[in-house]
Formats: sequence, structure tokens, C-alpha cells
Amino acid sequence: MINYLFNPAHWSGADGIPTLIGEHLLYSLIALAVAAIIAVPLGIYIGVTGKGVFMIAGLANALRALPSVGLLILLVLLISPAFPSKMGYILPSLIVLVLLAVPPILTNTYAGVRAVDAAAVDAAKGMGFRTMKILTDIQLPCSLPLMLSGVRSALLQIISTATIAAYISLGGLGRLLIDGKAQNDYSQMVAGAVLVALLALFFDQLLAFITRRVVSPGLTRRTVKAAAPTAATDTVKTPVAA
Amino acid sequence: MIKFENVTKAYPDGTVAVDGLNLEAPTGKLTILVGPSGCGKTTSLRMINRLIEPTSGTIYLDDQPTSGMDAALLRRRIGYVIQHAGLFPHRTIIDNVATMPVLLGESRQKARMKALELMERVGLPASFAKRYPWQLSGGQQQRVGVARALASDPAFMLMDEPFSAVDPVVRAQLQEEFLRLQREIGKTIIMVTHDIDEALKLGDQVAVMRVGGKLAQMATPSELLTSPADEFVADFVGRDRGYRSLGFTNSAGTVTVSEEAVVTIGASAAEAQSKATGAWVLVVDGGRKPLGWAQADLIKGELKREHLNLSGTSASSSGTMRQLLDAALSSPSRRGVVVNEHGELIGTVTATDVVKAIEAEPHLETAR
Repeated sequence: MINYLFNPAHWSGADGIPTLIGEHLLYSLIALAVAAIIAVPLGIYIGVTGKGVFMIAGLANALRALPSVGLLILLVLLISPAFPSKMGYILPSLIVLVLLAVPPILTNTYAGVRAVDAAAVDAAKGMGFRTMKILTDIQLPCSLPLMLSGVRSALLQIISTATIAAYISLGGLGRLLIDGKAQNDYSQMVAGAVLVALLALFFDQLLAFITRRVVSPGLTRRTVKAAAPTAATDTVKTPVAA
Repeated sequence: MIKFENVTKAYPDGTVAVDGLNLEAPTGKLTILVGPSGCGKTTSLRMINRLIEPTSGTIYLDDQPTSGMDAALLRRRIGYVIQHAGLFPHRTIIDNVATMPVLLGESRQKARMKALELMERVGLPASFAKRYPWQLSGGQQQRVGVARALASDPAFMLMDEPFSAVDPVVRAQLQEEFLRLQREIGKTIIMVTHDIDEALKLGDQVAVMRVGGKLAQMATPSELLTSPADEFVADFVGRDRGYRSLGFTNSAGTVTVSEEAVVTIGASAAEAQSKATGAWVLVVDGGRKPLGWAQADLIKGELKREHLNLSGTSASSSGTMRQLLDAALSSPSRRGVVVNEHGELIGTVTATDVVKAIEAEPHLETAR
């Protein structure tokens, strides 16, 4: 496996590792973006209005139970005749990945909006915030931690599942797995698995970092060391007599 | 002035939350809606800023009917304080307080200056500015809630059980401070509470509501105690009405205060015994502030702090009959300590002195 990864011949060309990683990421990020565009607004709508809660329980859980490979093959059979080009294979792969990513983002966005302190929303309304401003100023920032953790688990699932694109002769790191299996080259397969895992870990950490940057410390209950060097230790836990 | 004219709130299922309510909250006064749960007091409050729309009837804000106004703009004219403060958890304390000025279009910097002023006003140190709500105790959060409502300097304030989510000690403190604040700012306030003692303590006038959303009586606190309109009000106002109404009777100049001999810490046993009346002698500090009572014949050598009995309360000479009577009853010597506005001893009164003064006043005059 080490030999495979450190062999320079595997790091260049049309089926070199950088190309495979690039394709893998391209599928993953497109799928994540499409899933977020569908799931975030839907989750917010359901969370704010309370309409369509059954979708969360029913649809979202049903989607989780879908067998990815089986669905992929079915979609290729249905879709590829309509698209003569490579699109006939790319589209089914993306649909599978999107369907996989929608449930965690949808349920977490919904749960995030629901969990916003009802008293804070009532106070905002009572002070004369209009509906849109309550959404942008209170409900969205307060539901961000849960929403982003949904995006995180969705991205993890997408990156690890995007390997199945290779099953229908597309690119991505799945190529190493499929080709390695076909050639009985186990070091190639292990290298593919390790690269997928590393990629997933890297993006998980990246999203964790982004989450720390955009989520208010008032929500995560972190004490901000840079802003208040002394306040964090002694004064926080001893409320001055009220 | 906030005025209810025949206001009714009925729900489609037939429940009537508020039934033909007529009520006037005068400008600059604190009006309290009180009643058992289900009496429609919170519904009434929330109809003022139209968080709930009345089914029929009209609510006026300074003679303008609220029904024709834009709901959001109406709400921005009225300060709003709720039970659990409802602070924005993702914003710092200073930005919470600055909410209204920013909403009304002031620059963030100006709004924050104003917020700092208000934090000071409600007794929050400036060091809290950069903290987040979760880092504050319930009582502190409630102060932030009050500061936030005051930040736009609204003429009107609505307060929904503002002090009921904190412990009794903090509640009493917040109530005292709020009364002091209201004397300075003189807002037109309607406050909802289920706690009749809070209503009697804070209200300039109190509206008692009964289940079914009807007004049972609207009166000053002392009127509620001395002449409840019916059995429901009498029952709701509770026991000890006679004693509690003394809390609204000013004692100034009506009760004879007797001189009391005093000793200081370190006095000899002999001195203490010579100054004592009966078994007890009053101990004061160097500035004539009462410290407690000591039993003279128990002192061996010199008078020390551990000889002090601290059970007695002290009454201010300008306080109420209730404070005077309590001072006398709680004192181990049965002589109640009376102090001036600086806390220095004037003398003592007995329960008999106080009761005589009460009986000499056939018509209890109110302290307010």
C-alpha cells in the first residue's frame, strides 16, 4: 500500500491519484450543494411553520434506508438511454449522493429551527421584528450549529459513498477500489480506501473549523479567550449577586 | 394612557379568554393585572401589542386605536419584558440591549453607547457587556431584559411576569430596584403577575381578574385590602388583610417614640446592667447604628458580639405602621427599634404604642 502511494507513476496522468481525487471532490461537492439547496430551505420552512413534519419522520428516514448501489443501477437503466453521453452515468451517481445527503441536512435544519428558544422569538416579535427579520437575525443564526452538523455528516456520507461512481465506470477514488479488485491488486485497494478516509477526515475538520468561525460563542458556550482573557476563568461561573 | 374598551377575545372552539374588558392604565403609572391562571391576564397584555388580535372591542394607545396601526411599528413604541427574559443567546449582552436602537435605525456605535448607559441604570457592571446570556444568572438576565426594553425609551411598557422566574430573595431585590427605577422614569406600564403580594407591592393600581376573563375589581392596593369588591377578590387577596393593609399606612409622627439607653461593644457587665430596662439592653456601634439586643445578666466580663440577639427588625421613622409593629413584635425586649433615614437610632416603640396610634386613626390613610 505504501509502495503504491509513493510510486510517482500513480501521481500523474488521466488516471493518476490527483485526477481521481479531483473527480471525487467534484461529484461530492456538487451533490452536497444540490442537497443543501433542497434541504436547507425545506428544513427551515418546516421548522418555522410546523407544516409537513411528517416528511421529516417518514421521507427522511425512508431515504436513509435506500440501498445506494441498487438504486444507482436502477437509475442508470432508467436514465442512461435518454442521455447518450457520459451524463447518463454522472446524473444517476449524483442523484444517489443527493438522496443520501438530504436526510441529515433536512432533519438537522428542522431540529435546529425548532430548538430556537421560543422566548427569544416571542421577545423579537414583541419588540417589532418583522417575520423575515426574525428569521435572518434570530432563527437562522441560532439554528446554525445543528444545521452545520447536519451538513458535516452529509458530507462524510457523500465522500465515502462517492466511490460507487466507479462501479458504473466513472472516475473518482472508487476507481482504485474497483480496479484493484479486478486486478487482485490489494495494495491499490487499500490505498484507495485510505485516501477516501483521509479526504473525509480532512473535510470533516475543515467544516468543524468553519463551524467554529461562524457560530456565535453564545450558542456553543465556548468562552472567547481572545476577546475576554480574564472573564473566561474566574467570573463566568460565579454570578455576581443579582 | 392605555385603554381597553369592551375588549373580548374568543377562540373558534368557543373558549372566551377575555370577556368585555374595560380598563384604563393612566399615563406614568404602573397598572397590574393579577388573577388566577386562566383569567386572561396574559391574553389581555398580548392584545395591547397585538401579539394576539382581539375578537371585538378596541384598545387605545394615547387615544389612538391600535387596530389601524402597523403591528410591527406599534410594537416598536412599546417596551416588552417577558418571564424568562427571552434574550438572544447568540448576541452579547451589550448587543442584546442595543437591539431596539439598532432596529430603529441608529448606528451600532451610538446604540452601544446607549446600551452601556442602560446597563448601568439597571445595575449591571460594564464588564458584562461582552458576555453572552448563558454566562448570567436568571436575575441578571432579567435585568438585561428590562434594559433592552428601555433602550428605545418607549412611553409604554408591557411586562409579563417579569420577576417570577427568579428565587424569592432576588425577586424582592429586583422589585425594589424596579420601583426605584419607575419613580425616575415614570413609564406607563402594564404588568401581569399571578402573585398578589407582588401586585400589592408594586402597583399604583391593581386590576383583579377572574377566570373567564372578567374584571373583578380595579383599585389601589390599600383599597383592595380594606374594601374588596366581593368574596372572590377578598379570597384572592388572601389572609392577614388587616395586618398587610398596615403596610400602606404611614406612621410618621403618629407614634410616640421613647428614649432608649444604649451601650457599645466592649462595655462592662456592670454598665450593661445599669443601662438595661428589664433583662435587655440595646447595643449600638460608634455611629449609634443599632447592632442588636443583649441580655445584661448573661454578660461576664465585657460585652462581646456573641452576646447579641439579632432577631429584632428595625423600622424607619418615616416607614409604615406594619414595619413599626413588626419591629416591636420581633424584638426580644418587645421594644421595637426606630431609626432615622441614615440608620441611626432614634428610640424604641412598644406594640401597645403602635396599636394605640392605629386605633386613633379610624380611617386608615394610605401611604401612597
